[in-house]
Amino acid sequence: MKSKVKKFSVEPYTYLIPSILIFSIFLFYPFFKTIYLSLYKTDKMGLPKKFVGLENYINLLTSKSFYNSLAVTLIFVAIVVVGSMVIGLAGAVLCNKAFPGIRIFSTAYALPMAIASSSAAMIFKIMLHPSVGILNKILGLNINWVADPKYALVCVALLTAWLNSGINFLYFSAGLSNIDETIYERASVDGASEFQKFTRLTLPGLSPIIFYTLVVDIIQAFQSFGQVKILTQGGPGESTNLIVYSIYRDAFFNFRFGSAAAQSVVLFIIIMALTLIMFKVEKKGVKY
Amino acid sequence: MEQVITNKKAIYKSSNVDIEQIRETMYRRQKAVRFRRTALRLSANIVMALIILLPLLYAISVAFMPSSELFTTELNILPQNPTLENFKQALAKVPLLRFVGNSFLVAGLITVGQIISCSLAAFSFSFLDFKGKNILFMLVMATMMIPGEATIISNYLTVSSWGWLDSYQVLIVPYLTSAMGIFLFRQFYLSFPISLYESAKIDGCKNLRFIVQILIPLTKSAIGAMAVYTFINAWNMYMWPLLVTGSDTMRTVQIGIGMLDSVDSQSITLMIAGVVMIILPSLSIFIVGQKQLIKGMFSGAVKG
Repeated sequence: MKSKVKKFSVEPYTYLIPSILIFSIFLFYPFFKTIYLSLYKTDKMGLPKKFVGLENYINLLTSKSFYNSLAVTLIFVAIVVVGSMVIGLAGAVLCNKAFPGIRIFSTAYALPMAIASSSAAMIFKIMLHPSVGILNKILGLNINWVADPKYALVCVALLTAWLNSGINFLYFSAGLSNIDETIYERASVDGASEFQKFTRLTLPGLSPIIFYTLVVDIIQAFQSFGQVKILTQGGPGESTNLIVYSIYRDAFFNFRFGSAAAQSVVLFIIIMALTLIMFKVEKKGVKY
Repeated sequence: MEQVITNKKAIYKSSNVDIEQIRETMYRRQKAVRFRRTALRLSANIVMALIILLPLLYAISVAFMPSSELFTTELNILPQNPTLENFKQALAKVPLLRFVGNSFLVAGLITVGQIISCSLAAFSFSFLDFKGKNILFMLVMATMMIPGEATIISNYLTVSSWGWLDSYQVLIVPYLTSAMGIFLFRQFYLSFPISLYESAKIDGCKNLRFIVQILIPLTKSAIGAMAVYTFINAWNMYMWPLLVTGSDTMRTVQIGIGMLDSVDSQSITLMIAGVVMIILPSLSIFIVGQKQLIKGMFSGAVKG
């Protein structure tokens, strides 16, 4: 048991003041204010002018652009999550046994997590450049990757998958090191092939961490912004108009703060649902 | 396998010299297999690492390339005549050093601030008992569910109504605490022997002194992990600084570098040189602190 402080004391609360203060001003208050704003029509300064009830939401749910934004975001999230998990897992499997140079390789695989989305987007912009970019030069093609609605979303998604693969590599490496080595030896004695060992032992052994990583990745992918802003500005057309970019554009270009607030609430609901799922599964026990 | 064993037995009966020979060949064969496996693993890793690092290696190469070399149709991976001109021009064209200074200041203060506020809160949550503790802790954890992007509009309106736009405090103050940090430190503190705290109390050690002199030195690995993680994230911040800063004097690196972007297409090499320069600090901090980061991230999580 912890030591009990029987008589009432303000001291425990004083240690919480800095954190609670910041959370109140920059998280709880704006959170409720966002809900409040989403029920109003606002002026250009973002001041609520006229109560409109659910009109902002109704407008959203009847607008093609919003559905497009949701659909684009879902495709984007799917590509990012699958891509970053495959890259992370491949790196972790390649590095799960000691060999000369393992430190260098594991640093390389984790490295993308240290790079900003904006910096990465600028590098990719040049790599994907139609005339001087390395991709077209290697493939001998002449495609304007980010200006073509067919490819733009995939390009931004793959860039994001690369960025997010670093942390996934760390998660999977930690997961792999938790798997008991002896089950592999027993499987070898029973004559299991490497592929069988991977599908029958490694993947099931990793499944709790894979699930955790999946949820974290989905949440993170939903919040991507910098790469869209720099590479495509939501275009061409609206083919890369992810929900966070759409919020940004509505609020700071069209000055429709009410509509942007309503989209923020939708984003929040999606993220909250995902987080709750994660906590629920974690509580069940991420154990083997 | 079976056969080998029966052979072995037969040989064992016949002579002792043969068994030595067989042992020798088997050992050599095993070594060859192991060598082949290591070589395979190593080459697979080299291919994978090249793919992962391609964007970075390419950026470094382009940063040293004279602009004329980039604008050819042939595949030129390495610069023929490496030059530092791009770096010089990038520094001359935009106040990059100022941006780097701003980013160091902002990321540094956010890191220090988060470590202080998070360790204080985590101390209270793990060592003290008070009314409403569980509710407050759940409230803190609930903040993880609110994505920063969902509150960014209201936050922008708030800080602009305070006249805080384009200042250091607007970049720093909103980030002075984090639920993840509180959670991480609490996990570490929970594994801390409570008897140490109690005996310190009996010796008349005040809580604050206990935190500064005992708790913080003993949880260095958590602090290290938190510092690396927070600094890199703060250095890489994009959306918030984009909205709240406007002047050259306040821009952080990630926003400032955008100024090199739109100048003209001839300055691609210049822009990449700038990008390489601003990636270096976060990259070096990551490489130096990587071990610490992994240790802190996962030992805390496992103990939980």
